Amino acid sequence: MVPTLAGRIQTRLFLLAVIGGLVTAALTPILPVDGPLGDRYQATFVVLAAVAVLGIGWELIYHFLMQWRWEKDWPTLFGLLTLVPEGIVVWLLATRDLVPGLPGPVPTEAFTIHFVLVWLAVWLVANGPMRVPFIHWRFRGGRLL
Amino acid sequence: MTLLDDSIHTRSAPADRPPLDRFDVWTDEMVDAAGIPLHDVPFVSVGGGMGSFVTVDYLRVAGGVPASDIRVLSNLSHPWQTYEHLTRVSQLPRQKRIRSDSASRPDNLWGFPSFAIQEAVARKSVKPLLQVLFEPVFADFYTPELDMVLKGIEREAHRIGYWDMLVQGEVRMVRRRAGGGYFTILENADGRTAFRSRDVHLAVGYAGLRFLPDMQAFRTKLNDFHHVVNGYEDHEHVYEVLRRRPGTVLVRGGGIVTSAVLERLITDRLKYGSQTQIVQLFRTYYDGRHGSHMWSRRPGRNGFAYQGFNYPKSAWGGQLKARMRRLEGSARAEVYDEIGGTTTAWRRHWQRNLAKARKGGWYHTVGGTIQDMRLDGDQMVARIQHAGGVNDLRVDYVIDCTGLDGDVSRHEVLKDLLQHSGATQNPLGRLDVERSFEVRGAGSGIGRVYATGAASFGGYFPGVDTFLGLQISAQEVMDDVARRGYCRRMGAGRSIAQWFKWANGRPV
Ligand SMILES: Cc1cc2nc3c(=O)[nH]c(=O)nc-3n(C[C@H](O)[C@H](O)[C@H](O)COP(=O)(O)OP(=O)(O)OC[C@H]3O[C@@H](n4cnc5c(N)ncnc54)[C@H](O)[C@@H]3O)c2cc1C
Repeated sequence: MVPTLAGRIQTRLFLLAVIGGLVTAALTPILPVDGPLGDRYQATFVVLAAVAVLGIGWELIYHFLMQWRWEKDWPTLFGLLTLVPEGIVVWLLATRDLVPGLPGPVPTEAFTIHFVLVWLAVWLVANGPMRVPFIHWRFRGGRLL
Repeated sequence: MTLLDDSIHTRSAPADRPPLDRFDVWTDEMVDAAGIPLHDVPFVSVGGGMGSFVTVDYLRVAGGVPASDIRVLSNLSHPWQTYEHLTRVSQLPRQKRIRSDSASRPDNLWGFPSFAIQEAVARKSVKPLLQVLFEPVFADFYTPELDMVLKGIEREAHRIGYWDMLVQGEVRMVRRRAGGGYFTILENADGRTAFRSRDVHLAVGYAGLRFLPDMQAFRTKLNDFHHVVNGYEDHEHVYEVLRRRPGTVLVRGGGIVTSAVLERLITDRLKYGSQTQIVQLFRTYYDGRHGSHMWSRRPGRNGFAYQGFNYPKSAWGGQLKARMRRLEGSARAEVYDEIGGTTTAWRRHWQRNLAKARKGGWYHTVGGTIQDMRLDGDQMVARIQHAGGVNDLRVDYVIDCTGLDGDVSRHEVLKDLLQHSGATQNPLGRLDVERSFEVRGAGSGIGRVYATGAASFGGYFPGVDTFLGLQISAQEVMDDVARRGYCRRMGAGRSIAQWFKWANGRPV
């Protein structure tokens, strides 16, 4: 799928909610963190929400960068590598208590496992399986609405 | 309109009536009186090439239309026939890789699993997947082998019952029917048959090969089809002769077929030691990034303009597609201008061979045009006008790779549609179509004519003449038929179910 700006944002929000939500739900109980399960779920879903909200800003940046590409495309690899800057920013904010709603400190190891697995799942689904239920999606720059 | 069942009526034509062809709109009685057997079917697709195949695939799979409600009228016996012929003569045998990408799958309307995944599984290799991961920045675009593409189409054609829908013959015309719908006249060994349908889809491809005026003049004046050939016609004799004796070839063009022809000439020389000298003539010579705005600069080098596919990738779904869809008239023509022009793909192995040939001093490029061509003994003299003046060049062969003829007024059925059925031409001279690919002005009561492929070029969507473009058009056609209430829409649930059927090779 070659994205438009609206398509980027919609796809991100949709996939983080559905795929990110499923991965988070399944993964949280086995993450290496202490504390009651309720708090752990609160922490992982708040991090997921932070990735979604900050992501809107990131998508604006990616869209701007894409304008320098003649094909106005966004190579598969870029969609994977952007994990690095996005992960670092969310981690910085979360560990400095700048993300509202976190029940306690965020351990780096658990954060990394959660973030990377959610990212990989979303990236994989966006690069193929997403086309199966939604036949219009790829021809509309990733828009679902 | 009434749709009779599959019955066929035959009457002999009374001799005293004026021929049907003279009337723009036909009544059932007129056709009956002309003694033409009549066949009723809701949807007719004319052409039977890739465009027809992809469209009926969409209607069958996503639209839920039964095979008995569709007829494909074609002079071909299988949908990939013309495509395979053109690829073969233009130096793309079955084992070579085509131009379009991994997710352009004419045999699978979801584009998943992509060709790269299929190849990775078949070869038990991660290489195709890594190539998709690293394309286009650190690797060439992954493109599938022709053989895999054609086998996929054959499998899908069986799955949707393609041959149950196919009626072979030459289509003569499509005329509007009084009361709605159309008559399509097909001629074959059994004579003429009229197909009475609600809708007609036209995917007739190109009218023929295109020759630049100087080439045409040379070929007709001297009746010489040996020295001057088109890259899209069989020209194996050129390579055969050049392997036997030294010679000079002038290759004209800068597109993907030019690249394939150069590759053939170069590998013949490297592999078999032929002594061919190659001169390539570009009409527009690019030597660097070009474009009007810093956000629209296309890469170019050594004469070529480089681009992965025949349009920027975002034409098939990204911002270019979204933007074009909103543009009208001259604004749209401007964008066509900006993104147009002949391009070829940057492929590392082609680049290596071109570099060898350049270094060896047997491959030269010029930017210019041919003013005149004449025979001189067994050779030809081409007078070339270039930036530095005019030069005569002695060559043994000219291979013209400048393209196919998309002029709609040169196609019998399209010309008839323009003359008799209210269709008009767009600013680029092709058929004027809506966003849904309905031919503007040619509606007939509840019926519609749709046109996809090369004939619809110049509309709201530029990438029409590619597999993915044909699929995008097919989706628009199906959506429009569904909006009008004549087929189903495919929601997420049914799409998943249909995908599993595809994956298991079960009939639709
Ligand atoms: C050399 C080459 C390489 C290409 N490579 C790629 C690629 O890598 N990827 C990609 O996506 N696209 C590629 N394309 C483009 C792709 O082949 C076309 O987009 C596609 O084949 C067009 O389909 P069509 O149905 O419009 O035309 P066709 O497949 O040509 O089918 C139309 C057919 O209709 C039949 N017909 C016409 N008039 C009548 C009539 N009156 N009665 C009966 N039958 C009639 C003719 O037999 C004609 O061939 C390539 C094209 C060429 C020439």
